[in-house]
Amino acid sequence: MNILIQIAYLAASILFIIGIKMLGRTSTARKGNFLSSLGMFIAIFATVIQVEAITLVDILICVIIGSALGLFIAFKVQMTKVPEMVALFNGFGGLASLTVALADFWLNTQEKGLQVDQITGISVAISILIGGVTFTGSLIAYLKLNGKVSGKAITFTGQHLINLLLLIAAVGVSVFALTDFSNPTFMIALAILSLVIGVLVVIPIGGADMPVVISLLNSYSGMAACATGFVLNNNVLIVAGALVGASGIILTQIMCKAMNRSLINVLLGGFGQTSGSGNQADGPEIAVKEVGVEEAAQIFDSVSSLIIVPGYGMAVAQAQHAIRELSELCEKRNINVRFAIHPVAGRMPGHMNVLLAEANISYDKLIEMDEINDDFANTDLVFVVGANDVVNPAAKTNPDSPIFGMPVLNVEKAQTVIVTKRSMGKGYAGIENELFGADNCLMLFGDAKQTITKLVGELKEL
Amino acid sequence: MTAESFIILLYILVLASYVGFELINKVPPTLHTPLMSGSNAISGITIVGAIIACNVLNYGAISKWLGMIALILATINVVGGYALTDRMLKMFKKK
Repeated sequence: MNILIQIAYLAASILFIIGIKMLGRTSTARKGNFLSSLGMFIAIFATVIQVEAITLVDILICVIIGSALGLFIAFKVQMTKVPEMVALFNGFGGLASLTVALADFWLNTQEKGLQVDQITGISVAISILIGGVTFTGSLIAYLKLNGKVSGKAITFTGQHLINLLLLIAAVGVSVFALTDFSNPTFMIALAILSLVIGVLVVIPIGGADMPVVISLLNSYSGMAACATGFVLNNNVLIVAGALVGASGIILTQIMCKAMNRSLINVLLGGFGQTSGSGNQADGPEIAVKEVGVEEAAQIFDSVSSLIIVPGYGMAVAQAQHAIRELSELCEKRNINVRFAIHPVAGRMPGHMNVLLAEANISYDKLIEMDEINDDFANTDLVFVVGANDVVNPAAKTNPDSPIFGMPVLNVEKAQTVIVTKRSMGKGYAGIENELFGADNCLMLFGDAKQTITKLVGELKEL
Repeated sequence: MTAESFIILLYILVLASYVGFELINKVPPTLHTPLMSGSNAISGITIVGAIIACNVLNYGAISKWLGMIALILATINVVGGYALTDRMLKMFKKK
């Protein structure tokens, strides 16, 4: 019997790996996700047949409650809100790992009065620590992303010292917990400490850095599952946890690279604040050239190649569908239309692609930065919608700029650039954008959705 | 846990991490959000541990209640994660 269960777990592990592999191609991604969920089902099934028949009712009740909540959230959430939902799900996963490790520890040491060996004990402690940090950290990321907590970096003096002391305290109580298993106080203290640490490490990180934080927390939730696998001596938890841990680490690296920041720099926090950001506010005011909707429509009418650069501002203004109309209209006029996607164009890795896919824009039109950056120079028109820092040439030219060194889209190389923007407000990093003052740049002020709808109307009449 | 079984688990961890690194590196940025949401659902594998923890017959036991809480949370993570990923992937269309 036991061997069959182990084989089921092996099958589940293989399905997870194949599933992730197939998630790597748009044509097979949906099937990959299905195979991965099939793997999960097999793992769950193989576990459920081991339990006492009488507890099946309890298990069924919990699964029904959890499934109902999960499905409700998954089908209700708007695509702009996917990042905070992923953060929330992630947090639940982390808390589940903490709770499972604690439950196993409690059962063995308190209820059965057994001794557990040191390796298991250490695994419990690691599982509780990472699980707790994942839970409250994800919760804060969730609150920051949906604006219930200020997206600004919250910093105070001695912050890093406090975090360090808390971490030392966490290690300390773990050691005590491992020396005396009959006394559960220290494990509970560790759980509380880890929850506090989770809050304090994410609080100082600004909203602009959230893509990094979500990726990192995603990795943590995998590591927590992994540690729980060591507690329960369970292979499938370790395989699945390791896959997720690795995936989160890679995405974190990609995000850091896209923002030209080191992970340490992001984690120490405080970016995007006015203090000491090398922000020369007294530089000359940027003189911009304005353009009206009619004139803009005439420019669109006269070009043969167009690159649209969407930013998160586009999603905030709900302008995706207007953009799709615009791009379809341009294509009918034999204009070559493509979208340039910066890696941090949304609030999580790849978010912009999902938002545009939702608006029914074909994914082969969405070109990533490295592939399209050389094409700007031979493009007639670039249309920037709700993007700011990712098109700021200061990142290449001005060593004093806080975003200097960050890879940006070379939009200024195009013949003409039209930027649609609500006002002359600053981007997420709170700095001036030199692009707006460039000779070939025209500003089209107004709400993105309304402006583009008007633009489509004008263009239809031409 | 004996040192031998610990070493075997460690082997599994290292090799699976390596497979993970290799697989994810090849995923194009277009799919990073569904990838993250999908891998997030996989991290709900801790649901297996939660089911085992529920398998205590005594309702007075704290471990049983912890297990049940963990089971609800992990189910939200698993079911919600897969459903959301599928919803997103459904939208990726090529014309």
